[in-house]
Amino acid sequence: MADLTTDFLGIKSPNPFWLASAPPTDKEYNVRRAFEAGWGGVVWKTLGAEGPPVVNVNGPRYGAIWGADRRLLGLNNIELITDRPLEVNLEEMTRVKKDYPDRALIASIMVPCEEEAWKKILPRVTETNADGIELNFGCPHGMAERGMGSAVGQVPEYIQMVTEWCKQYYDRPVIVKLTPNITDIRFPARAANAGNADAVSLINTINSITSVNLDAMAPEPMIGGKGTHGGYCGPAVKPIAMNMVAEIARDPETAGLPISAIGGVTTWRDAAEFIALGAGNVQVCTAAMTYGFDVVKEMISGLSEWMDEKGYSSIGDFKGMATPNVTDWQHLDLNYITKAKISEADCIKCGRCYAACEDTSHQAIAMSDDRVFSVKDDECVACNLCVNVCPVEGCITMEEVPAGQIDQRTGEVVSDEYGSWITHPNNPMAAAK
Amino acid sequence: MAQSHQASGIQAGRLSAEDIATNFEDLHAPFDAHEAAVAADRCYFCYDAPCMQACPTSIDIPQFIREIQGGHPTAAAKTILEQNILGGMCARVCPTETLCEEVCVRETAEGKPVEIGRLQRYATDAQMAKGAQPFTRAKATGKTIAVVGAGPAGLAAAHRLAMLGHDVVLFEAKPKAGGLNEFGIAAYKSTNDFAAREVDWLLQIGGITVEYGKMLGDALSLDELAQDYDAVFLSIGLGGVNALRAAGEDMSGVSDAVDFIAELRQADDLAALPVGRNVVVIGGGMTAVDAAVQSKLLGAENVTIAYRRGRDAMGASRFEQDLAASKGVKLMFNVMPKALHGDGAVSEIELEYTSVVAGRVTGTGETLRLTADQVYKAIGQTLEGQPDALDLEGGKIKVDDAGRTSVTGVWAGGDCASGGEDLTVTAVAEGRDAAMDIHASLMG
Ligand SMILES: Cc1cc2nc3c(=O)[nH]c(=O)nc-3n(C[C@H](O)[C@H](O)[C@H](O)COP(=O)(O)OP(=O)(O)OC[C@H]3O[C@@H](n4cnc5c(N)ncnc54)[C@H](O)[C@@H]3O)c2cc1C
Ligand SMILES: Cc1cc2nc3c(=O)[nH]c(=O)nc-3n(C[C@H](O)[C@H](O)[C@H](O)COP(=O)(O)O)c2cc1C
Ligand code: SF4
Ligand code: SF4
Ligand code: SF4
Repeated sequence: MADLTTDFLGIKSPNPFWLASAPPTDKEYNVRRAFEAGWGGVVWKTLGAEGPPVVNVNGPRYGAIWGADRRLLGLNNIELITDRPLEVNLEEMTRVKKDYPDRALIASIMVPCEEEAWKKILPRVTETNADGIELNFGCPHGMAERGMGSAVGQVPEYIQMVTEWCKQYYDRPVIVKLTPNITDIRFPARAANAGNADAVSLINTINSITSVNLDAMAPEPMIGGKGTHGGYCGPAVKPIAMNMVAEIARDPETAGLPISAIGGVTTWRDAAEFIALGAGNVQVCTAAMTYGFDVVKEMISGLSEWMDEKGYSSIGDFKGMATPNVTDWQHLDLNYITKAKISEADCIKCGRCYAACEDTSHQAIAMSDDRVFSVKDDECVACNLCVNVCPVEGCITMEEVPAGQIDQRTGEVVSDEYGSWITHPNNPMAAAK
Repeated sequence: MAQSHQASGIQAGRLSAEDIATNFEDLHAPFDAHEAAVAADRCYFCYDAPCMQACPTSIDIPQFIREIQGGHPTAAAKTILEQNILGGMCARVCPTETLCEEVCVRETAEGKPVEIGRLQRYATDAQMAKGAQPFTRAKATGKTIAVVGAGPAGLAAAHRLAMLGHDVVLFEAKPKAGGLNEFGIAAYKSTNDFAAREVDWLLQIGGITVEYGKMLGDALSLDELAQDYDAVFLSIGLGGVNALRAAGEDMSGVSDAVDFIAELRQADDLAALPVGRNVVVIGGGMTAVDAAVQSKLLGAENVTIAYRRGRDAMGASRFEQDLAASKGVKLMFNVMPKALHGDGAVSEIELEYTSVVAGRVTGTGETLRLTADQVYKAIGQTLEGQPDALDLEGGKIKVDDAGRTSVTGVWAGGDCASGGEDLTVTAVAEGRDAAMDIHASLMG
């Protein structure tokens, strides 16, 4: 049996599945239920400075997009940080950590960008015995207008400065949560690293408008006829989050900086993919909000099943294994040649591959009168579009043309040598071989 | 005292009014908006879709389902009705299991087709709920066309001709339009007087005058019609029925299934409709199944379908057979009627086992008797009352692909014409196509 125990920054948890700072972790009641369901840790809903708490809107705060059968694919929210008094949250955190010593409990914090504010709150957090803190430099709405959240996360200098304060006034691990609402994620990560952060976590939500009400002519969720952009999360953002995780993992300046990956984790596979790209654990919000806390059970059983199949005995065994294989386009081997192949036995004859290739790709699929679909090797550029539109998984495969054989499209023999754009004759900058 | 299943003879009121009402509810309940969304989601929007190929009226099925997905059932209805103006009835009565849904790629993929018929009903119901129809007439052409018979074929032809700007006079022998939609289709497929409502809705296009009680052959001859009108379309269906040719056929209690069904369809109160305790239906097509199932739903205790060939040869689809079985109808194969016994009224039917040798049915000599106080003959309808001038083919009016008969200026379609299956949807297709050909030949 694979061991899912995770040691992230010295913080132990029975599995790598933490709940991200969000409504699922906003109260003692929820967090106890989450731990009972099996979650390895939680990042408590972001705390604000002492005093009257923030207020939320009293109209709808979520918007969504759906796939077939109304499966929720993307969620958008305009919620702020916790709207409960700091005192109450701290008391609850203390109690919960005491009752669940084996689970990770992280305090998420967002206070104004002033040293005093951080200096004031950090000792209070220390008293809860939380395992660490996460600096919320990510929320893209509401708090950003007040100079916090993503307003800080978009300025690397501020990130470094606040991280330094935290390292000065707090002696447990400091995780910096990054906003994806920035052009190049490596800069804020480098800033956190420079400020001596113990880890980064990402992504927070992405600026978004999920829908427009065409009667009221206003974005949704709509509050009294107006809307504002929210933060986007859920399965739809996972590809964006994965790229950002990989960018940080393979950046020489931040290589080795621990990463807590967030964004669209819904099943064990999502977690495995993030970990393979270099994450030390994952955080989950939307999947729990969509299906309830019990989703973690499949994540746990699925991950351990897969690790057993692969012979991995611990998370560390496969962590970062995919990172070295993330490269730049210019290094891809142009002598690697494949062709699409349709399995007639699996084909249900919907014709989607044909429509896609004929109308928008390379006219490389033939359709007979009795609806037999086949790939024309002399036209196929191996784009993979047909594979992606085919409703039957595994029906169309991409088959490698081995070296020495002729590529029917170009009429040339497939080379057994690696050859990238860097050395390609069409590249005006090509380095001589 | 209410009669029961067991009351002997032919009796009304075997079931309570409530039970009868429940029994005759929609065979396939209409989708609500959520069900329609879930069902529509399953469509793959196939290229050159097999379902569309299988539809005799070539409805663009992926297109209309996509319009339902997009939240516009009335746009979907227009897509349907452009091809098939009786799309509402077809959604209810088409044997989809042998047409579009049989070839749906999701039937191939997982044995569960997209529920095209019910989605079509969802869309067309939405359109009918609006009252209006989405079509208007083209500029008047000054041509007038006679259409004989107001069944699906006649209605489809009349509508298309009216739309193209022609005037239409629709001659119908009966006092009501709709043909078998009104008098033949099983009651649980066309509930709430749908057939009549659909006819009223269809006629809103304008330009169609219906002359009820006008029968071709009586005071109306083909010669006159051909003289008085710019073109004639015949859609008189199959008015006759095959005889049993078994001894005792004329006893009371023995009747034609189509007459029983017509009576049932026109009854104001189904609980008042008499039915036997032991009913035997002779035949193997849709009519046999409908007569048997509806007898059962009225409260008959034992209902048997006696078919002279094997299951595979049965005209009724497997779905229809299973429907009958699920309602408690017993299906007997390879038996044929030999004689009917009784004293004035039938009390027993004598059947002989058969074997089919080289396609021909022959008796084996072994017989059995079933108690029967009611016997329905459902062994096929025949052409009746067709004008002598027309060439026939296989017992039907001979037509070419465009619906032209052997007489210039006269077209025919639907059950009365050669070619195509005897289905509502085929009748609609033939009516529509003949109208297009009439239009083309009149407008040059
Ligand atoms: C019991 C039964 C159940 C059926 N169930 C189904 C089903 O579930 N699904 C399906 O697709 N199909 C079904 N069918 C077949 C379908 O009803 C027919 O194929 C379809 O109605 C044929 O249409 P039509 O317009 O050609 O003829 P009809 O519907 O028969 O209409 C002919 C019309 O012409 C009129 N007429 C006849 N003679 C004259 C004349 N001399 N002058 C003037 N008017 C005349 C008639 O009164 C009638 O109104 C069923 C048939 C029967 C009998
Ligand atoms: C309603 C809602 C409220 C959130 N509030 C916070 C918050 O207070 N602090 C924070 O750091 N992130 C917050 N987030 C962001 C999540 O922690 C997480 O980064 C994001 O949802 C992506 O993960 P997911 O795809 O698993 O949902 C919130 C997300 C949602 C949906
Ligand atoms: S891989 Fe691309 S080019 Fe080749 S058949 Fe598929 S869609 Fe066409
Ligand atoms: S998309 Fe897939 S199932 Fe559909 S025709 Fe092409 S190969 Fe067959
Ligand atoms: S065959 Fe089925 S899946 Fe394909 S278009 Fe028709 S209904 Fe949709």
